[in-house]
Amino acid sequence: MRYDCYFKNPERASELLEKIGVYASQAGRVRLMEICGTHTMAIARSGLRTVLPPEVRLISGPGCPVCVTPAGAIDMILELSERPGVLIASYGDLLRVPGSKRGDSLLSRRAGGAMVESVYSPMDAVRIAASRPELEVVFLGAGFETTAPGTAACILEAAEQKLENFSVLCLLKRTEPALRSLIEAPDFAVDGFLCPGHVAAVIGSDAFSFLPGDYGLPGVVSGFDPADLLGSVLELTRMIAEKRPGLKNEYIRLVQPAGNPLALSLMDEVFQTAPSDWRGLGQIRDSGYALREKYRPWDAWAKFGLRPALSGDIPGCRCAEVIRGTASPVSCPLFGRICTPEDPAGPCMVSGEGACAAAYQYGNSISQEEV
Amino acid sequence: MCLAMPMKINRIEGKTADCEAGGLVQAIRIDFIQDARPGDYVMVHAGFAIQKMSEKEALENLELLEEIRNAV
Repeated sequence: MRYDCYFKNPERASELLEKIGVYASQAGRVRLMEICGTHTMAIARSGLRTVLPPEVRLISGPGCPVCVTPAGAIDMILELSERPGVLIASYGDLLRVPGSKRGDSLLSRRAGGAMVESVYSPMDAVRIAASRPELEVVFLGAGFETTAPGTAACILEAAEQKLENFSVLCLLKRTEPALRSLIEAPDFAVDGFLCPGHVAAVIGSDAFSFLPGDYGLPGVVSGFDPADLLGSVLELTRMIAEKRPGLKNEYIRLVQPAGNPLALSLMDEVFQTAPSDWRGLGQIRDSGYALREKYRPWDAWAKFGLRPALSGDIPGCRCAEVIRGTASPVSCPLFGRICTPEDPAGPCMVSGEGACAAAYQYGNSISQEEV
Repeated sequence: MCLAMPMKINRIEGKTADCEAGGLVQAIRIDFIQDARPGDYVMVHAGFAIQKMSEKEALENLELLEEIRNAV
């Protein structure tokens, strides 16, 4: 877009940083959490951590959908991939996530003969099902509210086409219940939130007003370019220094207060809220989506009688704490030694949006050493 | 997997639009975009347009950033 360059190359960045510094010294300590994998990557790529004043710490929270999917669910999916006639279609990131055994992922199962396809859009999975009627195609529907409407649209498409060999393993997650659980935990130590811009494009910026409303915590719905991030960090730091928590929308070129009503109505048609298991946070009430009874024929949980395995994380892996923001990537004993993007042990190193992958790739995690 | 990209709509056929960004042309679903028209910019996420983007809003956003910077 024509105006992209203005957001990518913020004018007078030093002036912004100076102001952040002034407010930060008034506040004393500013710990900000981002809860979107794209923010995690954008922050690392921009080098923001290296230029912020020492009082301001940016901490990654549970924002990467691949990372928050627990090992037990991955083990269950790995087992499903071995069933004869089943083809698993998934976003690429999820294919490399190991279950509870190191190196055991959908990719390695594919090398062993399982049918596994990487897709860009859930619609690709519907197309595979339509062209391969002899196979049972299962789409792994992971993601937050940003991917939920597209997943709903695919289920409606499959219903319209009366596709009997297509189903969705719904692993979708909702942001608000996870944030509430994190905030209410005894080890919570964050002063404000960078709220996810693309999630908010769907559910609306108003959906985050519970942060100041119920918890007295400031939030800024932020875009992903350096100008957005700097402006949002300044707003948050100011609200913390002035002790006036509120919710601001910095990403007004995309995010409406009420979100996208058409997307929300599609989600409501297909899904109802359900309990969901999170790596690092455990099971949280209403934190996931499940298919409504009407769409049961396309619900892989019901179709294959699935239950997540009771398995733990890989020994030594601190992904669960990294997801909660209570440990930094570099504090994990596996980080960079036996866990690298080429040979990841935990999901935060696998995903292109994971906090460990960001820290490894951009190496600017200095201010993350202690959180 | 959560990467979103702004793309321009070239042609619309039913719920699908040919969208373009940086020379890449892709068929994108526009199920939940109201009154999509060729020439519109949309934010695309996993094959679906999630919201329209307008020049007016981009300019307003720049003004907002200016306000944030100048606020005392």
